[in-house]
Amino acid sequence: MLTLQNENNLRCCDRCSHSADRPCPKFIDCITEGPLCHEDAKCKQMRLERLSKIRGEKLERPVIYVGAATCGLAAGADQVLTTIKSYLSEKKVEADVVEVGCIGFCAVEPIVDVQLPGKTRVSYQQVTPELLPTILDTALSGKVAEEHVLGQFPSQVVEGYPNAPSIFDHPFFVKQKRWVLANCGVIDPTSINEYIARGGYRALASVIRDNTPAEVCDNVEKSGLRGRGGGGFPTGKKWKFALEAVGKQKYIVCNADEGDPGAFMDRAVIEGDPHRLIEGLAIAAYGVGADHAYVYVRAEYPLAIQRLLKAIKQARDWGLIGRNILDSGFNLEIKIKKGAGAFVCGEETALLGSIEGRRGMPRPRPPFPAQKGLFGCPTVINNVETLANIPTVISVGWESFAAIGTQNSKGTKVFALSGKVVNTGLVEVAMGTTVREVIFDIGGGIANGKKYKGVQIGGPSGGCIPTHLLDTPVDYESLKTVGAMMGSGGLVVMDEDTCMVDVAKFFMQFIQRESCGKCIPCREGTRRMLEILTRITRSHRGESAKQALERFQSIIYLDRLANVIRDTSLCGLGQTAPNPVLSTLRHFREEYEAHVYDRKCPAGACSELLTYRIDADKCKGCTLCAKHCPSGAIMGAPKSPHYIVDEKCIGCGNCIQVCKFGAVVRE
Amino acid sequence: MNVITIEINGQQVQANKGEFILEAARRAGINIPTLCHMENFTPTGACRMCVVEIDGIRNLVPSCAYPVADGMKIQTHSPRVVRARKTIVELLLASHPDDCLYCVRSGSCQLQELAEDLGVRQRRYTGAKNNYQPDHSSPAIVRDPSKCILCGKCVRVCEEVQGVGAIDFINRGAAARVATAFDEGLNISSCVFCGQCVKVCPTGALRETSHLKRITDALQNPDKFVVVQHAPSVSITLGEELGIKAGTDVCGKMHAALRRLGFKRVFDTSFTADLTIMEEGTELINRVKNGGPLPLLSSCSPGWVKFVEEFYPEFIPNVSSCKSPQQMMGAVIKSFFAEKQQIDPSKIFSVSIMPCTAKKFEADRPEMKHDTTLPDIDAVLTTRELARLLKLYGIDLEKMPNEEADSPFGQRSTAGKLFGATGGVAEAAIRSVYYLMTGEELGIKELDALRGMDPIKEAHLQIGDLNVGVAVVSGLSNARILLDQIKAGRKDIHFIEVMTCPGGCINGGGQPIGTDIQGVTKRMQTLYKIDRTEELRVSHKNEEVQRLYKEYLGEPNSHKAHELLHTHYVKRKVTI
Amino acid sequence: MVEQSTIEQNFDLTEILGRYKGASRDALIPLLQDVQDLIGYLPKSAVTQVANFLNLPTSKVYGVATFYNQFRFDPVGKFHIQICRGTACHVKGSARVLEALQRELNIKPGQTTRDGVFSLEVVSCIGACGLAPAVCISGKVHARVNPDEIKSLLKQYKEQKSAEVTV
Repeated sequence: MLTLQNENNLRCCDRCSHSADRPCPKFIDCITEGPLCHEDAKCKQMRLERLSKIRGEKLERPVIYVGAATCGLAAGADQVLTTIKSYLSEKKVEADVVEVGCIGFCAVEPIVDVQLPGKTRVSYQQVTPELLPTILDTALSGKVAEEHVLGQFPSQVVEGYPNAPSIFDHPFFVKQKRWVLANCGVIDPTSINEYIARGGYRALASVIRDNTPAEVCDNVEKSGLRGRGGGGFPTGKKWKFALEAVGKQKYIVCNADEGDPGAFMDRAVIEGDPHRLIEGLAIAAYGVGADHAYVYVRAEYPLAIQRLLKAIKQARDWGLIGRNILDSGFNLEIKIKKGAGAFVCGEETALLGSIEGRRGMPRPRPPFPAQKGLFGCPTVINNVETLANIPTVISVGWESFAAIGTQNSKGTKVFALSGKVVNTGLVEVAMGTTVREVIFDIGGGIANGKKYKGVQIGGPSGGCIPTHLLDTPVDYESLKTVGAMMGSGGLVVMDEDTCMVDVAKFFMQFIQRESCGKCIPCREGTRRMLEILTRITRSHRGESAKQALERFQSIIYLDRLANVIRDTSLCGLGQTAPNPVLSTLRHFREEYEAHVYDRKCPAGACSELLTYRIDADKCKGCTLCAKHCPSGAIMGAPKSPHYIVDEKCIGCGNCIQVCKFGAVVRE
Repeated sequence: MNVITIEINGQQVQANKGEFILEAARRAGINIPTLCHMENFTPTGACRMCVVEIDGIRNLVPSCAYPVADGMKIQTHSPRVVRARKTIVELLLASHPDDCLYCVRSGSCQLQELAEDLGVRQRRYTGAKNNYQPDHSSPAIVRDPSKCILCGKCVRVCEEVQGVGAIDFINRGAAARVATAFDEGLNISSCVFCGQCVKVCPTGALRETSHLKRITDALQNPDKFVVVQHAPSVSITLGEELGIKAGTDVCGKMHAALRRLGFKRVFDTSFTADLTIMEEGTELINRVKNGGPLPLLSSCSPGWVKFVEEFYPEFIPNVSSCKSPQQMMGAVIKSFFAEKQQIDPSKIFSVSIMPCTAKKFEADRPEMKHDTTLPDIDAVLTTRELARLLKLYGIDLEKMPNEEADSPFGQRSTAGKLFGATGGVAEAAIRSVYYLMTGEELGIKELDALRGMDPIKEAHLQIGDLNVGVAVVSGLSNARILLDQIKAGRKDIHFIEVMTCPGGCINGGGQPIGTDIQGVTKRMQTLYKIDRTEELRVSHKNEEVQRLYKEYLGEPNSHKAHELLHTHYVKRKVTI
Repeated sequence: MVEQSTIEQNFDLTEILGRYKGASRDALIPLLQDVQDLIGYLPKSAVTQVANFLNLPTSKVYGVATFYNQFRFDPVGKFHIQICRGTACHVKGSARVLEALQRELNIKPGQTTRDGVFSLEVVSCIGACGLAPAVCISGKVHARVNPDEIKSLLKQYKEQKSAEVTV
């Protein structure tokens, strides 16, 4: 393995004075630009060579990179890995195989990159074990397997291929601005060397050497960075509150309890570039004066936990966390707390409760965690993406950071693009990019030629954006104006087949399941809202006059409940719980009305509202549909056209599936 | 500058820096409704009933948890606020069984009151209702989770005041409810049946196991000789339950009322309180003489006794072997009284009126049986249940004449009566122990150090050549503090009086619901007044007690006394 | 609710508890996680042991354990199936995948098949939204699951199980 150093020998030669137990403020500079501790051209040369090897600029033998984050593995990366290994041993090819994180382009997973010495790295998409030998045959022979290529990584140091496009010219990547995801899918996440070789930990080193905590807070505040996990509170301001608060102990907590269904950027960052998070966390800890940090990470992310544990150990071995970091007198211990599965623990005070070993129930604020948080001490809670931005804020400088984005939303935002869109995956764009650009230019539009209907942004607390608002720029304020919110950045795209009432019902079910149950409006209110939504999407056959009245009242009551829940709930989860309903009511009211008054689901998704009819001209009287009808609603003599008794039909759709003649019509 | 000015509903109001809006508003005569609010506890902000509108804040905020700030402009009853409150109540009613007409708390239910106050006149939200099985497993308390609104007061009282933690929230969201460990019956939980949870419950989700039916049946049974005893504190609190001013002693009227109900004899448990002093005082003297085990721990309060058996079994030898006054009375009724009157003890139906729910459990203990088969006590009524019984039989307490309790257990000293408040047992004991040890009267000396609502009180007193240390605790979490000190080696305390409920029996789990600290203090003052104004102030001068010894028991701690008046304790296997 | 019929063994937690010597309440959730990793679920006796060890009322420990999705009070099957019901999976038809699973296994979420081979659980999101709908079987994530494939998918696991038995 290539190493900048190994545990026993940090030195290029005996004159080098660095080791983890002898911290030095210039440690990172020394190993990346040095040696600085002594003058020696030979040593300098040796170090530079090591660095370029690690950066893939000077390879001795081919390297094969496999995207093996959770999503890659789900798409079959593990089989691909086995196939590669047997291929290499069979063909007696000497090559290194490196598992990397996720580059973000889930739709074309598994992704395999091949790099030959002196050549650029080429990325291949949708690599199945069957395709692999052909691709490797071509790639290892110095050519490009053109029909599978995703693109090559442009380089000024090594030679490129004339017949492969740059990966960053791919429509999926061309409009992205990759800061947080810069290393994801590119570097080996288990290697601290690679992170450092690419400029990692320089920000931390410079901050604790050259800045006071107040300056750090100041710079972060000036950069305009806002919390990426929810409300978008200015990060620097939050840090200042905690820095100024009095407490015998202060804590920094990284919220990696990515609970929003439809968001997975935190997982990707931890799996693909864990040191970026650790560096951000360390700078934050320094900035607020904390010497204890917790990372609260979902237990559902075992690979992320494993990678993070390893990275923490490496950073400690290198003296980048622990006691007297880089001889600055600054100490930091990082502990991992595994979440146990509760969406509400994304809420700050609930999360703290959970770390303390309690039920994750939010408590009233004030007092805010920055004054009275974990174990009663001042505590700052930031989510993964926020912290992953910190090294960039420091290394590019607050001015450059603030130059990207809009008036009030600076920098970039990572979105998890999923649902009925062609290019699913993680995308990072500058704030201010329009929703249309994200979905249609980067995302490649709607799959299967269907029509766009809306996109749910911000998870269960967010809202949806209909066609006429597609040009809304993604920034905190603009999204709020259209009734959505940034949230953690899940973008679930929906097409004409998606029923918005059903989506609202889905979110209500989710909130219902995940409400902590403490405050009455959220616990009881969402329960009733869900019941109303269920009532709307249920069959109206045989309903009583009272039930019909309730159906007609449903939209009024939904609205009333939604407003009270938003107004009175204890925590952010409850206050935003009605958003999916409010937002769909606002933009798709006609769809609600179709359900309530016409008893129809325009998208054809609410099965109980569908009606079925048999086209007598096409029906051959084979009786198959009647046999499969669970409610005995299909009548007719054999060999003569059948018909459906509407009052008995439960709308299961079995008949349409079994009919061989296409005689059943759904309306 | 600790006083700031805020504006509530357009009116300038002075507020103290750091206090919550709710406190300032209430002082200014503005009532903001609450469900989960508990005075002197950290607010949880769960019920959202107390929300108010503040200028410049987007959402409504809970006034119970939101501190005032200078110049703050608050609307407590704006249309938006009222609509929110009303909706919250409607939401609670939507999942509530909604069976007020059948509910024991009808009339004293906060949810019902709020629905009335907010003008809820229609079932707007319909759907699934809570449908949980009530827990009837315990001898003292019934839990009906369907009626629970999850305000969490019971959970907090159980944990923070009593240090028991028998119940907590389980599950999440709409499935959340209050339950014991593993959602099992209260009977196998660590619950000590103190009933403090019942007192704070805003609805009918918690109530005592009712013995009313047992009593009405017995009263109608010609074969039963039904007698009744009443605990020292009941006469002080019964009036409140019937609309009489707090702190009024209705002892004489109550005697009359009980007779009208059909009880053949009316005894005063304060008599056996005096008897307890003789027994327990003698026990203390013997332990001091024989080298322990000390400190002697009082045994009058059954919740406390169960608490020791569960959480501090190593202290079981320290607990006085004396039965509680209720059980002593039960025992002497079915022995001495039965013999005197020549009644078959099995024909006697012995009822006690107690300020307590745990007394129902105590009466049910297998150790508390006369001749190992016959229970000392057949039924226990709480103060609240007695009021219900009086209403059932149409007895107007205020119009009753004053009558005396019946002999042979009718006389009491004021020392016995003091048992009703925290510190009373200790004070009574000291008066008599002083006499028993020195042969002299302590004189008219009120032990102020042992009086009042403080959770832990201590006094040291020179008796002969012994410096006796006495401690008084109420509220079991405070008992933990003291026991842990003793465990750690503290030696200067000889006697500890522990009352399960904060303030003692006057604030017991069977007392009227909805009493605040001021109310409890008033009750306490009434007891002190009785002690100040009456002649017989020491237990050892109670002539009927002396007669009982002379004619039946012999002397304190005699064999006979042990057989009837003493008991033993066991380590309990419950889920703690 | 704890299943009454489950025979309660006394599980030996000495090793786990040893790792938490002197721990306070904040160790509760990690402790329960370790216990569940060891036993597969949280038996009553283990919950009580943990409570006594941390000097907490058992009711509190039970309250915490029932709050979080992760904790189970019944043994799971040999293969634990977690179906993702996140937004992306919902939009991509996970409801039908769930139906297919329920039909094939003849159990509801939270239950285990009679032969103890499969248990089914609905989870909120496993973070594989780009490859929705996703099903995770004993730690392995299956992407883009089609309801029609469920039968053969389950068969694979079943065969794996019987192969183990014969070996």
